[in-house]
Parts: sequence; structure tokens; C-alpha cells
Amino acid sequence: MTEVTELMRPEGEALKTREVLLNLGPQHPSTHGVLRLVLELDGEYVERVDPHVGYLHRGTEKLAESFTYTQIFPLTDRLDYLCPPSNNLAFALAVEKLLGIEAPIRAQYIRVLMAELARISGHLLITGALPMDLGAMTALLYVMREREMIMDLLEMITGARMHTSFCRVGGVREDLPDGFLPKIREFCDIFPSRIRDYERLLEDNRVFLNRTEGIGVISAEDAIDLGLSGPNLRASGVDWDIRRDEPYEIYDRLDFTVITRDEGDCYARWRCRVDEMRESIRIIEQCLAQMPEGPFQIDMPTIAFPLDKERVHCSMEALIQHFDLSAYGFNVPAGEVYSAIEAPKGELGFYIISDGSPKPFRMKVRAPSFVNLQALFGVTNARYLADMIAVLGSLDPVMAEVDK
Amino acid sequence: MSVDPSLNRAPILERFGEAIEDLGTAHGIEVFAVPPEKIVEFCWFLKDDPALKFNFLSDICGVDHYPETPRYEAVYHLYSLPNKWRIRIKCRLGDPPEVPSVTGVWRTANWHEREAWDMYGIRFTGHPDLRRIYMWEGFEGFPQRKDFPLRGYKDKLNPFGAEGPPPTQPDLATRDIP
Repeated sequence: MTEVTELMRPEGEALKTREVLLNLGPQHPSTHGVLRLVLELDGEYVERVDPHVGYLHRGTEKLAESFTYTQIFPLTDRLDYLCPPSNNLAFALAVEKLLGIEAPIRAQYIRVLMAELARISGHLLITGALPMDLGAMTALLYVMREREMIMDLLEMITGARMHTSFCRVGGVREDLPDGFLPKIREFCDIFPSRIRDYERLLEDNRVFLNRTEGIGVISAEDAIDLGLSGPNLRASGVDWDIRRDEPYEIYDRLDFTVITRDEGDCYARWRCRVDEMRESIRIIEQCLAQMPEGPFQIDMPTIAFPLDKERVHCSMEALIQHFDLSAYGFNVPAGEVYSAIEAPKGELGFYIISDGSPKPFRMKVRAPSFVNLQALFGVTNARYLADMIAVLGSLDPVMAEVDK
Repeated sequence: MSVDPSLNRAPILERFGEAIEDLGTAHGIEVFAVPPEKIVEFCWFLKDDPALKFNFLSDICGVDHYPETPRYEAVYHLYSLPNKWRIRIKCRLGDPPEVPSVTGVWRTANWHEREAWDMYGIRFTGHPDLRRIYMWEGFEGFPQRKDFPLRGYKDKLNPFGAEGPPPTQPDLATRDIP
């Protein structure tokens, strides 16, 4: 026994360890997609982390330059695929600003309602996925049950479960279907008790708390410096929500609380999202109560399809309008616009340069996940590799949005 | 989204005078054109000035105005968290495009600048780690430039790519890892 120890530890020298370079991903369940982390490890400690992204790069921005504005909606779906209605909304708002138009009030309510459903759907996933990354599988199965309800609601409205592409410039594609209101009311009634379930499952769970509380603390200054936005920023105590501070659509008519936490750790980031889901339910209920009757799309033949689809079959002008909009699109006045919304992940901005043609000259997506993921550098006190996974999970990047 | 119109541009113009160009307001955002050599100073001023406090960098992106000259542009979008103002800074760049990095002002600029380098070949001098971020390390050319074909160039991995000359300035496209 002594011989072995002497072999391992030559006299007068401390135990030597070697730095290990570890590739985590791109195919790893904890990286939420195809993220590759190159880690320099000293034992269990992470000395340096270098995220390699781009495995999912589709060139959305380059593609958009050859698509008409309406054709770009499906591209935006595929950014943050957990909440496509938010992405659609952000893009539609940017184009509408360039055109100088506004969607009818009913359409705005439908958009906001769908965006909030999407927010719940996005937040639900991290509510369950963060504990899963830390080894607790149960919560994920519960959140999937409620996510399925949202999927059903979205399918009812749009016909698609994931890639909804429901917004159009100047409105939405269709009105809400018959029988939708009772369904969503039912969801609003059930859901708050389900949030209680998750909380009961995790809030007092010693293992979950030990793995998240005080882990990966980001101070408010650091969070701003690192460009964090959305719940990640609010969890560090910065009270900023674009829905309240630069209200778009009908958010100024709604009453909701902006959730902030002061701790800035993984638990605060998780907690912020859970509480935001409650606020989203409140917003949805207000939308349902306030939603007026009216057109779901702007009545503007140069931009939108005829409101009454029957006319396409019996009126020459309507047919030409329909064909022209489908084949050519519509011209957007030359100019530049930057329009940002509060997407579930943070500030989702579209910077569009138009040269007056039906296709954008340049479209830049300010993707919140891209910026949030970068904050992995800034997290200094998560030193164990296992804590790094917790931080990554709590930052909630969606790789499709990171890679664009 | 309405921006409080009370952003006072006078102190900005007073401080920088002729060096910058006031491009007015575009859809609720104030726009300034700043020469590349002034950009870092301008950003520090916007960030530190107690009346302005543009402490949040939303976005940096490249733009290619091919075939116009100056061909490139680096566009910065800043936000002031205390005042809730937005501002856009445009930096017109020649060919080859080069502009000082603002990573010293905001750490978040790091990846934005890497993306602009990757897609447009805009070289951010003083950037601590200017590598490609989306494309792989041996990739040649800058895919979002206007003269780069949508389907890329034809090679053995990309039979549907465009025939044509090699990408512009392949010397700039080589790996830039220190």
C-alpha cells in the first residue's frame, strides 16, 4: 500500500493533475440542441468555457433577402421554435412600422393572446427541463402534459402545432375558430393549479435547491454588460420589460406585473419564469374579456388578401389582388426600422432595411438566445462542471435561435 | 413601441460637433453616423454621460451596400435602460472594412462582432477573439455579402452551388485565430 502511494506521489511533489480539454456536445442531452462546449477542466473544476455554435446555422438572414415579406414568416417560426407566435409578431410589427400601418384591434388581441400562450409554452419547457438537466426527470413529464394543451389550442387556431406562421402583415391569417373560447377558458382555469403542482414538486425540493440556489450568480451590472434580456435579466434585479416600457400592440391596455428577483442565481431565473406564467394567464384572461369584434386583418388591397375570401372566386379584381400578392408580394417603402418585442427569451428585435422592393434589402435578427448564451463566459462562480450545466439550463438558450 | 421623444441630441452634437452626422429620426429611433475612428469614444460617451446612460447594447450588425461606396456599414443599436431611449449608430466602412472593437465598452459586443466578421468580413480591431462563429473554421468567403451567391459556390460538398470566381478577398477569409 505504501509503495503505491509513493508511486503516485513522488517525494517532495504535490499530486500533479493535468488540464483536460473536454468536448461537451454537440450531441449531448444537456446542451438543449446542438451546442458544443469546449471545456478546459482541472479535475471537476471548469477553468474556461468556449461555446461553439453554428451547427444549426441556416442563414435565415441571407435567405430573407430573397423572400417576400409574407414568405419570411415561416422562417421566423424556426428561430425560437418553442414560441413561434412571438417571432411572427416581432417580424410583423417591424414591417408594419415601415409601412406605417397598424393591425385592427381584434387582430392585435389575437396576436397578444397567442404570444402569451407561446410564452407559457416556452417557459413551461424550461420549468421542466432545468430539473431534468439536474437529474430530476419527473417535472418534465408534468410540464409536457400542459404543453400539450397549449399545442392543442394553437392547432385549433392555426392548424399547426409548432410552426404556426399565423401573423400576417396587417393582421392575422384567420379569425379565432368556433369553440375556441370555451377551450381556452378551461385552460386558464386549470393552469394556475398546475403551476402550483410544479412548485410543490420543486420549490421545497432540497436537491433542486442545492443545485440552483447561489449557483451561477450574475449581478445586475454584469447582466446589463453581458446584454442579457428577458427573464434572465429580471432575475438579476433589473426591472425591464419591453411589454411595459415600450408598449407595442395592446399591452398598454393590460394590467400585469413585471416579475423581478434580486438573487441572480439559477433558482431566480427558474422562479422568474414560473411566476411569469401566472402573469401570462392573467394577460390571456384580460385579452379574452376585452377582445372586441371586428376584422382580423387590415382592409388594404395592396397589402392584404381580400377579407372575404369568396370574392376571389367571383370578382376579377379580387382574383388579381390575390394573385399579385401571392406571386409578387407588396412593396415596402424604403427605410430602416428596428423593432423589438419582449419574446419569452428576451429582447427579440428585427432590424430591417428596405429598398422599396417586395423583399428586404437586409434583415437582422437580434436573437435573445444568442446573446444570453454568451453570458456563460460571465458566470464566474459556477465552477463545477455540473454547475455549468445548471447555468446553461437556467439561461434557457434555444439553439435554433442562437444559430439563426 | 414609442420612444420618449425627449432625447436631447444637443449635448451629443455639441461634444462631437462636425465629426458626427445627425441623420434624424427613423421610425422612433435617433440615428447618428459616426466615423470608425470615433466609434469607441462615441460609445463611451453615450454609456457614461449621466443624462444619456445608453448602458445596454442591443445589437451590432454588418450591412453590405454593394455596389455602392462606401460599401459596408456597421450598425449599432443601443438602449438606455434608465431613460428608455433607443439610438442607432451607423459606421460607414470602406473596403476592406475595418472598425475598432467596442468589446471594451460592453462585453456583449464580443459575439455580435464575431458574427459581423463571419458574415461580412468586417474586421474589428482590438477584438480579443475574432473567430468565425457560425461558419466552420476552414470556410472561405463571407456568406452574407451581396456578391456571395445564395447557394454558395460549387464544390464537392455542394453540387448545387454557383459556378464562379472564388469569393472576394480570400486572404481576408482565412482563419484568424491568434
